[in-house]
Amino acid sequence: MGIIKAKDVIYEYMRRDEEGNVEGITRAVDKVSLDINQGDFIAILGHNGSGKSTLAKHMNAILYPTEGTVWVDGKDTREEEELWNIRQSAGMVFQNPDNQIIGQVVEEDVGFGPENMGVPTKEIWERVEESLKAVGMYKFRKHSPNKLSGGQKQRVSIAGVLAMHPKCIILDEPTAMLDPNGRKEVIRAIRALNDVEKITVILITHYMEEIIYADKVYVMDDGKIAMQGTPREIFSQVEKLKSLRLDVPQVTLLAYELKKRGVDLPDGILTTEELVGALKQNRKG
Amino acid sequence: MSLVLDHVSYIYGEDTPLSMKALNDICLEIPDGQFIGIIGHTGSGKSTLVQHLNGLIKASRGHIYYNGEDIDGKEFDKKKLRSNVGLVFQYPEHQLFEIDVFSDVCFGPKNLGLPQEEVEARAKEALAQVGLSEEFFTQSPFELSGGQKRRAAIAGVLAMKPQVLILDEPTAGLDPKGRDEILNQIKKLQTETGMTILLVSHSMEDVAEYVDRIIVMNQGSVMFDDEPREVFRHYKELEEVGLAAPQVTYIMHALKEQGMLVDVDVTTIAEATEEIVKCLETLH
Repeated sequence: MGIIKAKDVIYEYMRRDEEGNVEGITRAVDKVSLDINQGDFIAILGHNGSGKSTLAKHMNAILYPTEGTVWVDGKDTREEEELWNIRQSAGMVFQNPDNQIIGQVVEEDVGFGPENMGVPTKEIWERVEESLKAVGMYKFRKHSPNKLSGGQKQRVSIAGVLAMHPKCIILDEPTAMLDPNGRKEVIRAIRALNDVEKITVILITHYMEEIIYADKVYVMDDGKIAMQGTPREIFSQVEKLKSLRLDVPQVTLLAYELKKRGVDLPDGILTTEELVGALKQNRKG
Repeated sequence: MSLVLDHVSYIYGEDTPLSMKALNDICLEIPDGQFIGIIGHTGSGKSTLVQHLNGLIKASRGHIYYNGEDIDGKEFDKKKLRSNVGLVFQYPEHQLFEIDVFSDVCFGPKNLGLPQEEVEARAKEALAQVGLSEEFFTQSPFELSGGQKRRAAIAGVLAMKPQVLILDEPTAGLDPKGRDEILNQIKKLQTETGMTILLVSHSMEDVAEYVDRIIVMNQGSVMFDDEPREVFRHYKELEEVGLAAPQVTYIMHALKEQGMLVDVDVTTIAEATEEIVKCLETLH
């Protein structure tokens, strides 16, 4: 069993009218099964309302399945006494950094999690230091979070989760509100956590170019897993992705358009280097 | 008919120890019917700038003229300015509150004191402009999808019949299709009604695809003001201030480095496709 495993997970919620009468039942997650290996970089794509955030909230016991089971680090998320262990193993980062930062000083904010876990003071400081270093924010440790840019704030949020020593970190559209530079900083920090610290990463995003380095991509639609595979396998299916309201990175789209015009190129080109290389071959041939 | 900014500066907390200059001597002319993109990193002054245009923030120095009239002049009707220059904030769906979509869109024109018939006619027109069909009129705005909510909120501003529409990151958090739908509808509005559009955006790809002119803000000043291909030619300087060129521009540069004779000022996929195909054809 991997770090996160879901088996036949269904999540339903009741829609109520103003008097509180049940109007109907919406199934947000529909029989999803997946098994995520420790250390993997996983991406989840899907249009607005496809169920991806609802699924993600099952991964650290914010929501519980209506049917089926979710295990985090081998623990069933419905076992109440394991709740804090689960949340410590699987940390979550949300879209808006301003909703996640509570401290007046960066290092204080990052120390909040371990302090609540009852970690001894000396160790808290060690954890704060290593977490801030891991996201490249150590030199801002004495700053007020208010004065940071969006990308910096989001990296502080990630450090806050890191300080709890999770095995897995789930990020729900962490770059949606950031400018290009902030986006780059955050993605670089996330990749470093995965590469260097070997933390399992589950990244939910609408930016296709952010996930070309993922080990595996799940695409959700209507509460189900509609596609899964490596980024190359997924991004080779341009038409199918478009029918699911998604897209491919610009370089993949350019290669696809060129292919349609008769240029001989392989499917699923993911980087500029690949396209340039393939076009070079083309000129020789 | 236009907006003119004449040496506009804005200082937060002027005459206090925390005083901070957010806009620095901005001179701009915004003629009718243009589709303008405003880009800049977080904190560069984009949002402060657009809030000046409908009088939400008053300039500390300088003047703003709407159709030749100073908007801070004594005689000037600010209320009218706010309906003529519509501002759609970030995450405008947080401002939806009525029981159904149609009532929500009616709220603005109703407050203008228009007769009920006119109010409803405007709401219908605005909802059609954003592509929400009648089946949505009676639905609660809170039951719509993210993209639909966003469009309902934009309709609420359109029902005021603005001549200038300012949108602050209208596509943040939307899926790629939702992004395209909103931007296509805005483009259609601009071409069909001649409305002036100002789009504040973090997506260089979107800006390159849709706008006629880009204003780049940096540290409260205008850094560049030109058409997209001219602005993105300065991609190295843009990177220094936290921005970038569209990915496709970088691809063209990489191709050129490898000896392909392509135009590096290309900013959209369609242009790049033509350019590469042309280049390969001349070779064969």
